[in-house]
Order: sequence, then structure tokens, then C-alpha cells
Amino acid sequence: MTRQHVLDLYFMEARSKLIDLAAFLDRVERAEGEADFRLNALQQAIRELDTGNADRAKRVLLALSDPTTEPIPAAPGKGAIGAWQGSK
Amino acid sequence: MRYIEPHGHMVSRVTDDYVDMATAGCAAVCEPAFWAGFDRSSADGFHDYFCQLTEHEPKRAAKFGIPHFCWLCINPKESEDVQLAKDVIALIPDFLDKPNVLGIGEIGLNKNSRNELKILELHVDLAARHNQLILVHTPHLEDKLKGTRLILDVLKSDRRIRPERVIIDHVEEHTIGPVLDAGFWAGMTLYPESKCTPARAIDMLETYGTERIWMNSACDWGVSIPLAVPRTALEMKKRQWTADAIDRVVYQNPLKFLSQTPKFRV
Ligand SMILES: [Zn+2]
Repeated sequence: MTRQHVLDLYFMEARSKLIDLAAFLDRVERAEGEADFRLNALQQAIRELDTGNADRAKRVLLALSDPTTEPIPAAPGKGAIGAWQGSK
Repeated sequence: MRYIEPHGHMVSRVTDDYVDMATAGCAAVCEPAFWAGFDRSSADGFHDYFCQLTEHEPKRAAKFGIPHFCWLCINPKESEDVQLAKDVIALIPDFLDKPNVLGIGEIGLNKNSRNELKILELHVDLAARHNQLILVHTPHLEDKLKGTRLILDVLKSDRRIRPERVIIDHVEEHTIGPVLDAGFWAGMTLYPESKCTPARAIDMLETYGTERIWMNSACDWGVSIPLAVPRTALEMKKRQWTADAIDRVVYQNPLKFLSQTPKFRV
């Protein structure tokens, strides 16, 4: 595909998602109370967009991943949150 | 168009989904054993579920002209209870000769705990002893990277396991490379929010090539789209993929992997 074709197919969708992300960050800022680790994790991951390499999706995913290698003693529950809180 | 749905939890879906899938060209559906959304209270609950997967659901699918196959295991979400898991694993050999059973799956990890890992190893041993294909679930979101690494370690350290007979499912951009590099098959799950969107799945196909990769909807009782595979095929067409290249991914690839067991026929 040419860059022009990629833009024709996906520009409006990317624009919409970008504005949604901006509005989400505004919404969090307007809200009251403390944020948790997820906000910081998202802000760190957003920095991965600002590079020239074609592996941004991979690096965003890595930024939101548990980087440790040892199995945990017991599962605390079943769900995942979307960002790594750090070793507790 | 024709396609194979290699991962759909059809017991959670309604008959309209079967109608839509048949209309879209679904040539076969494969159903891995899964968590019900709540913990089953005993191994008897799994016995009934395995009967559902091997007897009842194939009949329901047949009414819509779709051959139905399944995979058996206790899923990692219920593997924290080691005794329950062992009791369930002991039930599985009696079902392996059923005509629609393809292998052991979807095994794997959920929160990457020691008990989950122990049960994963028992499943891999079961598959090796009975010469079964393996379908592996990788964990969700922040747990996927670590879980995929642990799973690869388990599979690579068992010399009886041939990577070309194992599919590692729910890969994303940060896990697909190590899976394919180690010789395993990779599954991409098309979900609206988590896992892969169609656009990202096609990006990975364009980056890593189409060898040893399949796509699935993993439709279940949660937010998921039973027609995700044919809809992604439409998006591939928009991205100038030829009909032959699309067919290779959505039909021939799953056919190639699954045909490693003679039970799979479409
Ligand atoms: Zn599944």
C-alpha cells in the first residue's frame, strides 16, 4: 500500500481516536481525587509514539507489560488491568 | 468466500450466530475448552462440559451445516486449584477418542502463578503422552509478555513437543516475534478492545508474513464478534490483498495446522 492509501483508509479513524485520548486525559484532569498507577503508565506509554521507528505498537505494549520473569506465588484473582503496577 | 473459525466458544453463542457464520462462508468451527465466566464447583461440572463439547454442540452446529470440533482441558483461570485441575485432567483421556476432539487446549497461563504453571506442565505432558495437538492461551493485557515467555520456556524444555504441532494464541505485536521464531504457530484474536483489531492483525501479517499464522474471533460470552474473521478478510481486500492471499490466511492456514490430526475434515 502507498502512504496515500493508508491515509485514505485510516486517517479519520486515527484522528478520532487521538481526540478521544485527548478528551480522556482532560476528563481525568478535571475529575477529583487521586489517580492511580494506570494514568502514569498510560502517560509513559504515550511517549513511545514520539519516535521515528515503525514499532510503536510493540513498544507501547511493552511499556504497559509486566517485565518480570518469575512466576508469582499465587494468582490474586482472575482479571488483568491493562497496565503493570510494579512489584508489590 | 470460505473461512475456518479456529477458535470460537460456541456454547456461549446463539443460533443466529451460527446462521451468520454459515452465511459468511464458515467451513468449520473449533471450540477450545474455556472458563464459563464462573468457577465450576467440581470435576463433574467439567465432565458435563466435555460431553457438551463432544456430543451436543456438534449436533447443534450441524443443523447449520457447520462441522464442529473441540479441544479439551481445564483452563488456566481455574488452574489455581491444583487438586481440581488434576481431577479434571484425569477425565480427559476418556474423551480423546471422540471424533471431534482435535487436541489439548486452550491451556496456558492467566496470572502467571506457580500453580498455573504446574498445571500447564501437566497438560503438556498429557498432550505429549497421547500425541495430541496443543492450543495455548496467552494471558491478558499486562500479563501477556511474561506469560508468553514462561509458556515458551515450558514448551521448549519438553523434548517431546514439536513446535509445528502447537499453536500459541492471542499474540500481539510484542509477542508474535518470539512465538514464530521458535517455530510455533501463532494465533491472532480479533477483539474490539483488547487483543487485536483487524487493522493491527493485518499489520502483523504484512510485517511477519503469512506462514504459520491464523486469525480467530475467540467469540464467547463476553464482548466479541463471531464474524470477526470474515470482516477482517473484507479489510484485507480494502488493503489490496488478493483473493488467493486472503484465502491462504483465513482458510488454508488453519486447514494446514488442523489437518495434522486426521480427525479434522472439512
Ligand atoms: Zn478462548
